[in-house]
Amino acid sequence: MTNTINEKFVAFSDWTKIGRSAWISLLSKAPANEVTKLWEQVSRPDIENNAQIIRRPETGMVMVRGRIGGAGNSFNLGEMTVTRCAIRLASGETGISYVAGRNKAHARIAAIVDAMMQTTEFSNIAIDAILDPLEKSDREKKKANSRKAKATQVEFFTMVTGR
Amino acid sequence: MAYVAVKGGERAITNAHKWLGEVRRGDTKIPELSVSQIREQMSLAVDRVMAEGSCFDPELAALAIKQARGDLPEAIFLLRAYRTTLPRFGFSQPVETAQMAVHRRVSAAFKDIPGGQVLGPTFDYTHRLLDFKLAAEGETEIDSAAQSYSEMPEELATIAQVFEHEGLLEIDGVNNNEDPPFDLTREPMSFPAERDQRLQALARGDEGFLLSLAYSSQRGWGNTHPLCGEIRMGEVSIGFIPDELGFEIELADVPMTECIMLSGFASIEGNAPQYTRGYGLTFGHNERKAMSMSIVDRALRARDMGGEVTAPCQDEEFVLYHSDVVEASGFVQHLKLPHYVDFQADLQFLRRLRSEFTQAKDALNQSSNEETKVAAQ
Repeated sequence: MTNTINEKFVAFSDWTKIGRSAWISLLSKAPANEVTKLWEQVSRPDIENNAQIIRRPETGMVMVRGRIGGAGNSFNLGEMTVTRCAIRLASGETGISYVAGRNKAHARIAAIVDAMMQTTEFSNIAIDAILDPLEKSDREKKKANSRKAKATQVEFFTMVTGR
Repeated sequence: MAYVAVKGGERAITNAHKWLGEVRRGDTKIPELSVSQIREQMSLAVDRVMAEGSCFDPELAALAIKQARGDLPEAIFLLRAYRTTLPRFGFSQPVETAQMAVHRRVSAAFKDIPGGQVLGPTFDYTHRLLDFKLAAEGETEIDSAAQSYSEMPEELATIAQVFEHEGLLEIDGVNNNEDPPFDLTREPMSFPAERDQRLQALARGDEGFLLSLAYSSQRGWGNTHPLCGEIRMGEVSIGFIPDELGFEIELADVPMTECIMLSGFASIEGNAPQYTRGYGLTFGHNERKAMSMSIVDRALRARDMGGEVTAPCQDEEFVLYHSDVVEASGFVQHLKLPHYVDFQADLQFLRRLRSEFTQAKDALNQSSNEETKVAAQ
């Protein structure tokens, strides 16, 4: 499922069409400091304060599986830390997050944004203030790496030896 | 082994740890290292700790390195100990490394591999001369990376995909109804070990041990005639299906290094001869480890390939029982803990042996003296 987000973003600009998996994934992958910084700028403590915490941010592990030989049956490669959280907005929508790493604020904000995306009232705030900037930053980072990699591609030339 | 409760030494231990803290900090006139500095500037140490600590979390690995004063096996131990305190949320979908966002991909076997030879940020081709510019105080000027106008393709075909149509390379069998793979974090090592168990153990295994085993294999102790089919390093998406959602989400783009090592030909299950393959995969940028792992993985398949197990690197019990740095380090280093009772018992036994030896020798001398006397008469 690599690059799903980016591929889809090139094609659509409407988050609600892209679907919940895409925004939850984007929120999970984003660096915690970017997410918390963007959320502070939203400055809507009312949303957060009226939300009910269903599951406090909790850190655990997900076992990452590889494939034998690269494409075969699975094997257990090693674990990664993940933090999850679930909240319910005053209007009743439930937001769920699973974010990479151990940052509890990141998980809480991601759950709130997921819930906001399910409302008509707040989804625009979530898109403009959080999802679009995160997607842009993710896309630019990937693009820069891809261009750096491309610049290190070997161009072979053949030496013509004496006849 | 005998263990006995020993009391005392608390004050000595507390003071030893205080001194350790001071030594860890070093000269206080020198600025203290931050965890984020380690994470960013000692990134290959961080990668190794995550791979062998079997836990992807760069912040934690960097903290462990700081706490361990740069002793990587100690840092790995700290990370392994930490992970036992966390609940497990589940298992990821198997990662699709063919879809990796590639930063580096080289094939030593096939020059014209589609997508080309992409060097990435590598030590290869550096002259290994110390760069004293890095020793200069203050910010050193860095060359910023060149960026091409074009981007890499979304996916690079793997060496296996390139030759798939001709059947020249062994194909990875996929069984959709497979049992869950063996999990060393839940089950003890058991033999004979299947390849899933072996690969998990190798992925957590000590880089130095696997490197030496791979080297021994290359030098003839169980040679697999390796040819580097492909090494790729880059970011791999981790898919996960949370129970409460019921659909797949992506948790992270995790940097990984993968190595596919081509090895000697074999006719598997009566098919035409093919290249067999060894496989290596690790968290982070960890090429030496991934290459060693792939050579050892192939060597351990000697039995499955109908070959004879003659060398250490082919012996799964030898390899898997001794590859874990936390276990190996623990067992060797436990010898420095008090063994007073063992020693006391040994001493008593040795004294008795010596006195019996002396008595026997005296008796022998006496009787031979008497025999000499008899012979003289």
